[in-house]
Amino acid sequence: MNRLFFQPHQAGLSKVQAAEYTLRNINPDVLFEVHNYNITTVENFQHFMDRISNGGLEEGKPVDLVLSCVDNFEARMAINTACNELGQTWMESGVSENAVSGHIQLIIPGESACFACAPPLVVAANIDEKTLKREGVCAASLPTTMGVVAGILVQNVLKFLLNFGTVSFYLGYNAMQDFFPTMSMKPNPQCDDRNCRKQQEEYKKKVAALPKQEAVQEEEEIIHEDNEWGIELVSEVSEEELKNSSGPVPDLPEGITVAYTIPEKQEDSVAEVTVEDSGESLEDLMAKMKNM
Amino acid sequence: MADEATRRVVSEIPVLKTNAGPRDRELWVQRLKEEYQSLIRYVENNKNADNDWFRLESNKEGTRWFGKCWHIHDLLKYEFDIEFDIPITYPTTAPEIAVPELDGKTAKMYRGGKICLTDHFKPLWARNVPKFGLAHLMALGLGPWLAVEIPDLIQKGVIQHKEKCNQ
Repeated sequence: MNRLFFQPHQAGLSKVQAAEYTLRNINPDVLFEVHNYNITTVENFQHFMDRISNGGLEEGKPVDLVLSCVDNFEARMAINTACNELGQTWMESGVSENAVSGHIQLIIPGESACFACAPPLVVAANIDEKTLKREGVCAASLPTTMGVVAGILVQNVLKFLLNFGTVSFYLGYNAMQDFFPTMSMKPNPQCDDRNCRKQQEEYKKKVAALPKQEAVQEEEEIIHEDNEWGIELVSEVSEEELKNSSGPVPDLPEGITVAYTIPEKQEDSVAEVTVEDSGESLEDLMAKMKNM
Repeated sequence: MADEATRRVVSEIPVLKTNAGPRDRELWVQRLKEEYQSLIRYVENNKNADNDWFRLESNKEGTRWFGKCWHIHDLLKYEFDIEFDIPITYPTTAPEIAVPELDGKTAKMYRGGKICLTDHFKPLWARNVPKFGLAHLMALGLGPWLAVEIPDLIQKGVIQHKEKCNQ
């Protein structure tokens, strides 16, 4: 998404500036606010959080939704940190390094897994490794994959904001086989992000406070004034077929894995040299380093 | 993972204890002290092994770091300026080291001179949060990058030695 708007005559502009001009030409009724900076630095992060909290349709109100269309892990973690702290719902999106898979993810702090709850998820690409010159590496960029991911992202946004259809918590796209795995992931009670854990507590309290709702089955009666031709509605799929096509739900559905795993924290199993507190102050240490 | 020599070097770098980032006030000061202790030790180890290859210092808040690194090739010493910011999600995410003067000279680099690390680095860092610190980043990130890129750039004639500097 972050590179789909550039046109040759915009060479020299920042990506966000080019995006604003292109989008404004498509729809002049949209209001834009553009910032071009690295959100992971201490200085900019504060401003970034401030705009999420105050940059809503009415200045001073928070935004309704944040969409992450960045292209690196560090920026995503920064957005995750901000949204966990602010309790801000957001959608994360991305395309893989090899350009043949992508995904979108809806993150509601406390309710669904945040970006730090698990190692980065990977949509299985099923590329024949024999075709790669260097083991495991195939860097590529396809605006087509990006276009598809952008489309499913905005589709999910429309469903979320306008309340229709099923909003996916996670939707992957495997371009090689045209496979779209979906799933939802619960938050990790031991998530490294303190604010994520805090949001989980808040969410549990909120759910406990809700009155018990009876699942009401309402059958809508379809009424037609007349049925001149005697048309009847018959299901295309039989009961038996339906039963055979459902199976048990695995931990991660087919087609989705994690980029890597992190072993359980072991208590001092390996002999490691740890920093010792020498009693020197920070200034002493800085001076010591300078004089080396 | 990294080769045997790198693994040995890394095993002698003290690991850090405090899991704090630049927004954590007192805990960040504690983390900074540990960073400096670990870096000082690493530089001492390097000097003892006759491989003193970098210097680093930071601003007062410890959020902006800068310094120099050296690489010896064919008895000539090449020097480069380096810099990086501490991201707010540190130490969960590692800083991106930049060598601004080499910007645009190699494909293994992003805009602004940020060096491109191999696939192995991120999972390795993630597995060792918060024990790994800036010393580990130098040993596992910048060190191997220089070892591969500089000889290549010299050989291609992309960089020239500024002045003869005997060992």
